Amino acid sequence: MDIKELYQDIILDHGKNPRNKNKCKDFNKDAKGHNPLCGDKVHVYIKLDKEKKVEDISFEGEGCAISMASASIMTEIVKGKEFNVAKKILEHFLNMLKEGSKLSINSLTDDENTRMMSLSGVKQFPMRVKCATLAWHTFMHAVEGNRNTVKTEK
Amino acid sequence: MEIKSIKSQFPIFKNKINGKPLIYLDNANSSQKPKSVIERISKFYSKEFSNIGRSVHSLAVTATNRFEDTRDLVKKYINAKSREEIIFTKNATEAINLVASSYGENFIKKGDEILITELEHHANYVPWHFLRQKKGAVIKFAECNEKGEVDIDEIKKLISNKTKIIAITHLSNVTGAIMPIKKIVDMASKKKIPVLVDGCQGAPHLKLNMQELGCDFYAISCHKMYGPTGVGILYAKKKWVDILPPYQGGGGMIEEVKKDNITYPQSPTKYEAGTLQTAEVVGFSESIKFIEDIGIKKIMEHEKEILEYGLDEIKKNNSVRVIGDPKNRGSIISFTIKGIHPHDIATILDEDGVAIRAGHHCCQILHEKMGIAASARASLGIYNSKDDIDALSSAIKKCNKVFNS
Repeated sequence: MDIKELYQDIILDHGKNPRNKNKCKDFNKDAKGHNPLCGDKVHVYIKLDKEKKVEDISFEGEGCAISMASASIMTEIVKGKEFNVAKKILEHFLNMLKEGSKLSINSLTDDENTRMMSLSGVKQFPMRVKCATLAWHTFMHAVEGNRNTVKTEK
Repeated sequence: MEIKSIKSQFPIFKNKINGKPLIYLDNANSSQKPKSVIERISKFYSKEFSNIGRSVHSLAVTATNRFEDTRDLVKKYINAKSREEIIFTKNATEAINLVASSYGENFIKKGDEILITELEHHANYVPWHFLRQKKGAVIKFAECNEKGEVDIDEIKKLISNKTKIIAITHLSNVTGAIMPIKKIVDMASKKKIPVLVDGCQGAPHLKLNMQELGCDFYAISCHKMYGPTGVGILYAKKKWVDILPPYQGGGGMIEEVKKDNITYPQSPTKYEAGTLQTAEVVGFSESIKFIEDIGIKKIMEHEKEILEYGLDEIKKNNSVRVIGDPKNRGSIISFTIKGIHPHDIATILDEDGVAIRAGHHCCQILHEKMGIAASARASLGIYNSKDDIDALSSAIKKCNKVFNS
């Protein structure tokens, strides 16, 4: 496949200029993720309200373009969504990366869908799937209050 | 030297990677295998295989002889004094663990110092860390300078009367710095401090002469020397194998077993417990023959030429930063590209069939020192040519293009 299918403009844009890359104010949940083999590191901060809605979310970290773009896109997608909805999106996202299935989630706008789909090229690069999923797994850890650092190497 | 004819001895280069010819620049990680090595393993299993050192039937005798022939070849190749000094292990990591365990158990106590450097691969740090935890020993790191080398004075100033071993790399797998082992050994031996050399990168690229080098221990990784995986070698001076206890216990390494006592034979038998990687060791004999057929001197000259060409070419690209600038450098070019993570570099290069390594190369301490989380690394082998460097350079330009378009 063409390398541009992996490094689509959306990914390069988010990789170079990640959105929500800071420590958001008044966060009440956070977790760290580490991809020891590659050295990708993320720290996800979430302000979760009583109804488990993601009021605000941000991240800090360093890593490859795929891991940074994925973290950036994730923060944009889940901000303002209920945790259960975010969890559903993650399931579809993982299926997309593993099985190549299309995203079919009503709660995503067309634009959000496009941003998520921009990461679908990762499926052709099995060694890089963990770069794309790191931020999402870290998000889950944060919400679930798991204090262990997410590690993509088992 | 006719590189094409050397390359043609390696079946892997007949394959296409992503539709492109394979440009293999990941030799510091592991080298490819010549046909002679692959065929030797096949022949051994087809015609000569049996377990060694145990049975008296004809096959067992043949297999044992072929295995021990390899030990003799290694002894000669590295100019060890005796065959007792050549111990087969599963890899260089196990060779270092053997010393950390057998030497450490007996000679290192609380507060004693183990002197290593900031250049070390994790395989020459973690085993000593185990000892630090177990015995309360102290690990001292000789500092690496901005050129990516460790000055001998940095080692000298850390030596104290508590220093019980110096463990250093022969050739850094990140900066390519070649360490002045002989000088370090001369300095250490005046204070009766044994020296272990991690020879993983040294052995495939430098002339080995243990008696001249004078070190006490030298660890070799055979799969980086065009040999099979699963084989490492520990060279250990006779004076040490005579006194250091076994590392692992099991069959094959005993002399007499009683309910109340067990005795052990001499080295190397006492260090080689259980059934060994027989076919791979026999296969490795062909790696040595392969290297000797070309000649290590010619290999060194060729690799130096390609390395210098590679450094010149890669430095022409302004976005590239080469890691380290050691005076004496061997076969390794680690680099970063401004604004592009090493893993993205490796993925983009791979599309053009260019295989490099990206990450910290098992040297987190060194990367931290250099102020980077990871780097990309192109490492050379005997089959690499200037064409491979040209392919690397144009693939790097493609990285610039993908990321800056």
